[in-house]
Amino acid sequence: MIQSDRVVTTTCPYCGVGCALQLHVKDGFIFKVTSPFDSPVNHGNLCVKGRFGYDYVYHPKRVTKPMVRRYLLEGKTIFDIRESGGALRISNPELSHSDSPWDWIETDWDTALDIVADNLARIYQRDGSDALAVYCCAKATNEDNYLLQKMYRSIFRTNNVDHCTRLCHAGSVVALQQTVGSSAMSNTASQVIQNDVFIVTGSNTSENHPIIALQMKDAVQKYGAKMIVADPRRIELVDFAELWLPLKPGSNVVVFSAMAHVIVQEDLVNWDFVHARTEGIDEFLASLEKFTPEYAEEISGVRAEDIRRAARMYATAKNGAIYWGMGISQLSHGTASALAIIHLAFLTGHIGRDGTGLNPLRGQNNVQGASDMGAMPFHYPGYMRVDNDENAAKWEKAWNVEPGGLSRKPGLTTTEILSHAHEGGVRALYIMGENPMMSEPNLNVTRHHMQQLEFFVAQDIFVNESGAYADVFLPATPFAEKDGTFSNTDRRVQRVRAAHPPRGEARPDWKIICDLATRLEVRLKRKTAKWDYSHPEEILREMGGVNRDYAGITYERIDKVGLIYPVPDLNHPGTPTLFTESFPRGRGKFIPLDYVPVREEADDEYPFILTTGRLLEHWHGGTMSRNSSLNEAYPEARVEMHPADAEMHGITNNMPVRVTSRRGEIVLRCTVTEKTTVGVVFIPWHFHEAAANLLTNDALDPEAKIPEFKACAVQVFPAREAELANPETRLQRGRY
Amino acid sequence: MAITLVIDGKEITADDGMTLLDAARENGIDIPTICFHEATTANGLCRICVVEVEGMRLLQPSCIVKAADQMKVQTRSERVERARKTILEMLASTMDLSDAPAILTMMDEYGADAARFPGAARRESEVKDDNPMYIRDYSKCLLCWRCVQVCAEDAQYTYAINFEGRGFKTQIGTFFDRPIPETTCVLCGQCVGVCPTGALKAKREFLLEQGMSPQEISVLNTGRKRRSKA
Repeated sequence: MIQSDRVVTTTCPYCGVGCALQLHVKDGFIFKVTSPFDSPVNHGNLCVKGRFGYDYVYHPKRVTKPMVRRYLLEGKTIFDIRESGGALRISNPELSHSDSPWDWIETDWDTALDIVADNLARIYQRDGSDALAVYCCAKATNEDNYLLQKMYRSIFRTNNVDHCTRLCHAGSVVALQQTVGSSAMSNTASQVIQNDVFIVTGSNTSENHPIIALQMKDAVQKYGAKMIVADPRRIELVDFAELWLPLKPGSNVVVFSAMAHVIVQEDLVNWDFVHARTEGIDEFLASLEKFTPEYAEEISGVRAEDIRRAARMYATAKNGAIYWGMGISQLSHGTASALAIIHLAFLTGHIGRDGTGLNPLRGQNNVQGASDMGAMPFHYPGYMRVDNDENAAKWEKAWNVEPGGLSRKPGLTTTEILSHAHEGGVRALYIMGENPMMSEPNLNVTRHHMQQLEFFVAQDIFVNESGAYADVFLPATPFAEKDGTFSNTDRRVQRVRAAHPPRGEARPDWKIICDLATRLEVRLKRKTAKWDYSHPEEILREMGGVNRDYAGITYERIDKVGLIYPVPDLNHPGTPTLFTESFPRGRGKFIPLDYVPVREEADDEYPFILTTGRLLEHWHGGTMSRNSSLNEAYPEARVEMHPADAEMHGITNNMPVRVTSRRGEIVLRCTVTEKTTVGVVFIPWHFHEAAANLLTNDALDPEAKIPEFKACAVQVFPAREAELANPETRLQRGRY
Repeated sequence: MAITLVIDGKEITADDGMTLLDAARENGIDIPTICFHEATTANGLCRICVVEVEGMRLLQPSCIVKAADQMKVQTRSERVERARKTILEMLASTMDLSDAPAILTMMDEYGADAARFPGAARRESEVKDDNPMYIRDYSKCLLCWRCVQVCAEDAQYTYAINFEGRGFKTQIGTFFDRPIPETTCVLCGQCVGVCPTGALKAKREFLLEQGMSPQEISVLNTGRKRRSKA
């Protein structure tokens, strides 16, 4: 039996649930993870990622020394080595065995950071603020994210600051901002058991928020709640649901508007709430007339009678709640799709009380926190708009910037930053921990954009598909080697603690940023915005000095369990349920909707709709999970197809198939399963060998700029074994 | 509603509906437990928590018996101590307790003799190493049922494991004794989290015990070659 040297309590680095972890450490090696049974978030339960998926920390491929390309050490610029007539940069790891100017050369921190500072300063002085952009990171801590946006805003005076929230819940965020004036879950996940009726839509909760799914199952099995699942896939939660609405991908607006239609028609509206708390009901009612359940059935494939039943169940519940995921937001009408849900809560008054609410389940461990920290082009920390002088003045004071110094111009979003990577546009990109070469739609175009960058810095733990294009690689630390805080999906700010010192010469992100910012300030002769923090807590306190939501949060107060923000002062107990009296914007706003189809519908040539998503065993672009033992549990990409479709196209289970869209093609094995519906195929996007995002459509939502990951047209044909990336790698598991 | 009862001569008040175990613990009276866990449904399986209740013929498992008004309870009577000692000796005679320090401490405390039943048949089985995340060593299993419960309604609702066999041959297993990857198991490891005896163990902890170094363990998942099944 192994005796641990110490047990470190921290917060899980994977999804937004924010489970408490206890890392058992022996000789600087985490050999076991447990969870305290009194944790208010997960009650001692974990999923496979949280309990077993941490070993990427020790993967031999982890980079623990700074690396730069050879040509930078030789004093050359990228223009000197540009391939004749080709793109500026290439990614070919094989070249590292040759004497190419592209070789990675290990170096020391001073050399690497001076190269970064010299190049960023040079480009800034030549092309100005608009030439620089940064991706913050929803996996990094609040403190890391706060500092990185502070560096870009205070030194480079640009708001070209964004992170992967653009690719996940941007539609929900914009819709909630327009209607409510806030953009987080209104209630906590632990209140699921207080629901009488709840709707889960566009979320495969059992795989993507496994611990919240346990609470949903408890609500149904032990607390008598009724669950309605609206999803194109027959996900595991359907086994526990009273009603399943198998809607066609992208038909959310009609289904939920038809539910609203029924609620109005059958006089189930909570008029007291509508009159007291909302505005715009008359125009909204007029817009609802066309959304009859029969019309919705025609478009979505969901039976009109089931839509009526769902509407009655939700409207007549004492406590009704809605939980949603990417299936709502990742559409070219993602904002409208989220609005259709929000209307249901307004009509029935199922918001502002315990056990009700509008609950977008946030994906990443700290996507809520990164957004709160201002890692977005429109907002400073605390969702303070950048185009508001009063807000800017507050941060100018905090960051020692001359009055009027900060940019008032909203910056570019994640998707726009790359599409502006060309001469006269974005020239230098800094990426902390993100992987656009896996996560952007239509990757062939993304690659083209990456190749146009003049200078590109990757700060990460592995050289991933994106880092392969970088000029400089700065080795950061994973969650187990740094201190800080994460804010989970239900706004709980929790501690992250180092289990052991960084491996090799890796440094925590916040330290890298402080060091670099100091070098940049010298080069650009800026007054210092202060970067000499001795501990991350000082960073959180600085931020909380201006962002009122975090004003009352100290490391001491969140030592044992987290605090749920808003926490406006040091004695405030936190706010689990929002909007009890009013909405941040005053009245909730109804916004009339029209049905807009997905940008690319199935046709004779591309007869299937492809929808993408995630697996229980993996995480997003795979930088963490595919470098851990999780990869052994699920080693290969597979496309799911319904048995009826498979039979018609001569495809059998485990057969290699080629999936082609108008933008790209991949070859992978097929799983024939009733988990998907007729006409719809599903591919998880974790696998670089068969990257689903080579196929997806880069059409954007006009307001939220979120791409349409959830629906594009594809064709599927049998392929040969030899065409698979790794034919010998086979999934050995039988789970649903 | 509050009730009054006497435990070990001490008059205490408790809420109606509380178990004897909870009532005792709330009042600072310690009753040992093995199969009981605050996160699982109590079943009174191991019987180490038995107490003597005046007027009841048999010893009562305090983890499931409700406290009642005017009850008189002995948690450390000679009969109770003898029962606990025997339970511990029977456990020690049939299973490997080397990974269960709490039970070993309990044996010292009760003066239990691990060699009391020298000819007893032992419940021995091979270590099952059939998935990337955890191993199952049922030689160390005392059948507390916690793993089965957290796999079912107490947490995960996955139902991958259950009891199999009868009587002495009872063991925890999968349906048709399939390897874990072929079951409904989602590898959450809730079972590993509640196992009191090290019968279920994280794979990396197991490998470290087997003498592998952290470096050797860290390269296991990096190659394309699949490790052979144990």
